[in-house]
Amino acid sequence: MYRFIFHVGQYFIFLSRVFVKPERWNIYIRQTIREIDKIGIRSIGIVTLISVFIGAVLTIQAVYNVKTPILPNYIIAFAVRDSLLLEFSSTIIGLILAGKVGSNIASEIGTMRITEQIDALEMMGVNSASFVTLPKIIAAILFNPVLMILSNIVGIIGGWVAGFTTGIIASDEFIYGLQYNFQPYYVTYATIKTLVFAFLITSISSYFGYYAKGGSVEVGNASTQATVYGSVFVLFFNLVLTQLLLV
Amino acid sequence: MIEVRNLSKYFGEKQVLSNINVTFHKGITNLVIGQSGSGKTVLLKCLVGLLIPEEGQILYEGVDFISLSEKEKREIRKTIGMLFQGSALFDSMTVEENIRFPLDLFTQMTETEKKERVNFCLQRVNLHNVNKLYPAELSGGMQKRVGIARAIALNPLYLFCDEPNSGLDPKTAILIDELIREITEEYGITTIINTHDMNSVMRLGKNIIFLTEGKIAWQGNNQQILDAENEKLKDFVFANTLLQRKP
Repeated sequence: MYRFIFHVGQYFIFLSRVFVKPERWNIYIRQTIREIDKIGIRSIGIVTLISVFIGAVLTIQAVYNVKTPILPNYIIAFAVRDSLLLEFSSTIIGLILAGKVGSNIASEIGTMRITEQIDALEMMGVNSASFVTLPKIIAAILFNPVLMILSNIVGIIGGWVAGFTTGIIASDEFIYGLQYNFQPYYVTYATIKTLVFAFLITSISSYFGYYAKGGSVEVGNASTQATVYGSVFVLFFNLVLTQLLLV
Repeated sequence: MIEVRNLSKYFGEKQVLSNINVTFHKGITNLVIGQSGSGKTVLLKCLVGLLIPEEGQILYEGVDFISLSEKEKREIRKTIGMLFQGSALFDSMTVEENIRFPLDLFTQMTETEKKERVNFCLQRVNLHNVNKLYPAELSGGMQKRVGIARAIALNPLYLFCDEPNSGLDPKTAILIDELIREITEEYGITTIINTHDMNSVMRLGKNIIFLTEGKIAWQGNNQQILDAENEKLKDFVFANTLLQRKP
């Protein structure tokens, strides 16, 4: 418990160092563009792959669970759309990015720490906490909503393809179901969750990387901690935000 | 010139530097030598402001660095170049971006001027056609030379080198030593080198400070060191088998 409180305190002190006016905006902008590529664009592949399979599996499961003579077939597409929008495209993708991006960030910053790159920044008078973290947070906040939208689109396509190729739901019924009783607020809800998760994943993993000490073993530990804590906080804030925004 | 007065540094209860009084002169290579754990790196980190000593003063041309505000320290940091033990080049940047980093940070140079300055620094350390390479693509000796190029990019008044020869073959080590000596004499820099390499000591030692258990145990030059009467210094110097054969 003491360690947890210590980490929470140190995390907020770390954030107070991260959110300060940059020494030179142009350097930060250049770094942010680089991070959009590393954190965002390079995650498109994994997000697409997972989303298409989630969409396909959701469709098949929905048929298995929901299909009865008293319910119309388009309800399947309706269920798939809302499941993707409300939960899978934000939370599941958040958890996957907590693993992929979180461990990447923690090991990158941890390696910078143990190879004295952070000392080099400090020696030049650069606020190292801000320089290594802020571009990552901004990049994730800017690009993760794009990944969320992509995940929804690809997931729906996966579900549609699974539906008509297996013959469990006709294409026109699926498309009708996608448009049935659409709630635009769900997009707002999913976007808010995605933004919060983007902040949590990047800031928590940066924190563990920044305070890594020792050698490769410690950097590995920091990477593991970043993934575990990132995932736990994504799940916790998923609950909090759902309660706040939907109930 | 850098003067250190009554400098002491503690890590918790443990005193790692004790009442250090020394002057590092301009235009010559000042060497800090001693066994591992003697306090060399801590002294260097105190001098550049990466560690804050509990007692004492560090005077850059008579100005107490420790008592300055962060903004004032930044002005002095513009005049400091540092070569780290592992070079501490930024992995995510190319050689060119590494060298231009301090230029982006501290100068209002145009793109063309920055390019010219980068090329000049690379030529000065005898490196050609490496601008677009990443640090991981360079050998250890080349990384050190890029580290020196980055350190001299802003025409520093002070150059700090932490174990510049560690991990290098003897021939490359001589090359790096010569480069540091030439740059020091050419630009009239105050250079401070941390080393336990006796070859470097004999080549560069115009002003040598021998540290043991956080205290200055001996001071002199490379002409005097072989005849010094200090027992701990003798143990250190004559641990090298090549020097043991010397009559």
